[in-house]
Amino acid sequence: MLIRVQELSKSFRKLEVLKNVSVSFDANQCVAIIGPNGSGKTTFIKSVLGMVIPDSGEIIVSDKNIKNNFHYREAIGYMPQIGRYPENTTMGQLFNMIKDIRKHNGVSLDEELIESFHLPSLYNKRMRTLSGGTRQKVSAALSFLFNPEILILDEPTAGLDPLSAEILKDKIQQERKKNKLILITSHIMNDLDELSSHVMYMLEGNLMFFKTMEELKAETGEERLGKAMAKLMKQQTN
Amino acid sequence: MKLVKYIFFDLVRSRFVFFYFLLLLLFTGTFILLQDDVSKVQLSLLNIIILVVPLVSVIFATIHWYNSAEFIEVLLAQPVSRKRIFISEFVALSLAVGGAFILATGIPLLIFYPDLVSLLLMIGGFFLTIIFIALAFWSAVFTRDKAKGIGLSLVLWLYFSLIYDGLVLMLMFNFSDYPIDKIVVVLLSLNPVDVSRVMVLMKMEMSAMLGYSGAVFTDFLGSKVGMIYSIGLLIIWSIVPFFWALRKFSKKDL
Repeated sequence: MLIRVQELSKSFRKLEVLKNVSVSFDANQCVAIIGPNGSGKTTFIKSVLGMVIPDSGEIIVSDKNIKNNFHYREAIGYMPQIGRYPENTTMGQLFNMIKDIRKHNGVSLDEELIESFHLPSLYNKRMRTLSGGTRQKVSAALSFLFNPEILILDEPTAGLDPLSAEILKDKIQQERKKNKLILITSHIMNDLDELSSHVMYMLEGNLMFFKTMEELKAETGEERLGKAMAKLMKQQTN
Repeated sequence: MKLVKYIFFDLVRSRFVFFYFLLLLLFTGTFILLQDDVSKVQLSLLNIIILVVPLVSVIFATIHWYNSAEFIEVLLAQPVSRKRIFISEFVALSLAVGGAFILATGIPLLIFYPDLVSLLLMIGGFFLTIIFIALAFWSAVFTRDKAKGIGLSLVLWLYFSLIYDGLVLMLMFNFSDYPIDKIVVVLLSLNPVDVSRVMVLMKMEMSAMLGYSGAVFTDFLGSKVGMIYSIGLLIIWSIVPFFWALRKFSKKDL
C-alpha cells in the first residue's frame, strides 16, 4: 500500500471536518475524490501532505508514519488549487529554486510538461506578470518534475484552457501507466470519468464509499460517472 | 540556506524594500547635510529610527507572510521541514529589510561620524528590525485573516511606540512618593523600543533627553553595564517572539 489512512479525524473548533476516515490507496490507481464543497476533500489531501495536523488517526505513506516526518514527501508531487509564487522571481529562477531545495539524487527529472506547455519561452518573466492559467501550468509542471510515485492534484484542470487541459490529462494517463498513484479532486465529472480507476466519495466529513469505477457503474447501471453519482446522491437523500 | 537566498533575492527586487531604502537614505542625507552638530544629527536620526523602522518592519513582514501563504504551501509539499521554511523566511526578511536600513542609514552615518553612538544607532535599528519582524510573524501565525493580522501588528507597534510610554509615565506620576526606581527599570526593559532608545542616549551625553525612566536606568546600571544589559535585552527580545511564533507555526493547520 502506498498510502494507508486509519481512522483519521479532524475538527476545526467545533466543526468536524473529517470523521473517522479509513482508506488505502495502492500504486497503479487513479482515485477521483468527489464530494460537495465543504465535504472534507481538501482537508483530507492536506492531512496526507502534512499541512493539516490530524486530531487522531494515522497516515502511513510508503510504510512511513508521516507524523513529525517530512522526508516522506520526496515521494509526492502536489499541484495546489491556487498557485502563487514569489512575485519578483522569474519562472526560470522558480524552477531552479525548487530543483535546488528538493534534492533529487539520481532521480531523472521529468520536464515533459515544461516543454509541452512551452514554458521555457517565459523563463525570464516575473511570476507577478503571469496570468492565473500560466501559473497553473507552472504548478502542474512542478508537481510532475521529480517523477514522484504519488501525485496529488487539487482541481488540476480548473483554470486551464481546453488545449492545456488535454495536455495535462494525457500526461496524467501516461503517468498512471507507469505504476503511479494519482489522487485527483475535481468537480468536472467528464474529466474524472476519463482519468480515474477508483472513486472516493466524501460527504460531511464521512467517507461514503471507495469503489472501482466498474463497480460503481455496474451498481447504478449508468454508463457515465456524472449520471452514476447523481443517481447515488439522489438515493442517499431519499 | 538555499531557500534564504531565493527568498532574499525576491525581496530585494520588490518595490517596497527599494522605497524603504530611498526613504531612509533621504532622511539620513538631509540630516547629515543640513545639520553641523554631530549629536543633533544622531538625535534626529534616533527619533526617526525608533518610529519608522519598527513600523515598516512590522507591516511589511506581516503583509509578506500573508502574501506568501500559497507559496509556503507549495514549499511544504516538498520534502522540507516547517522549521526550515519558517527560519528561512525570517532570515531572508531580516537581511532584506535590515540590509536596507544598514545601507541607507548605518553606513553613511558611520562614514560621516565614526563613533560609538553611530554604531549603537545602527545596532539598535537592526535589532528593532529583527524584533518587529518576529512580532509580525507572531501575529501573522496567530490569525488566519489578513486584515486581522495587519491590525494586530499595528496595535503592537502603537503599543510599544506610543502607548507604553504613556502608561509608564502615568504610573510614575501617580506613585512618585514611593521608591519605584527598580520597577521603572523593569518596565523599561519590557519595551524593546525604549531599550534601544536609552541604549543610544546613554552614550550621547544628553541626559535631558533620557527622561525619568532613562535617567533611572543609567543611574541604576551605569553606562557600561547598561549597554551590555541593553544588548542582552534586545537579543532576548528578538529570540522570544521568534520561537513562540515558530512553535505555533509548527503545529498550525495551513
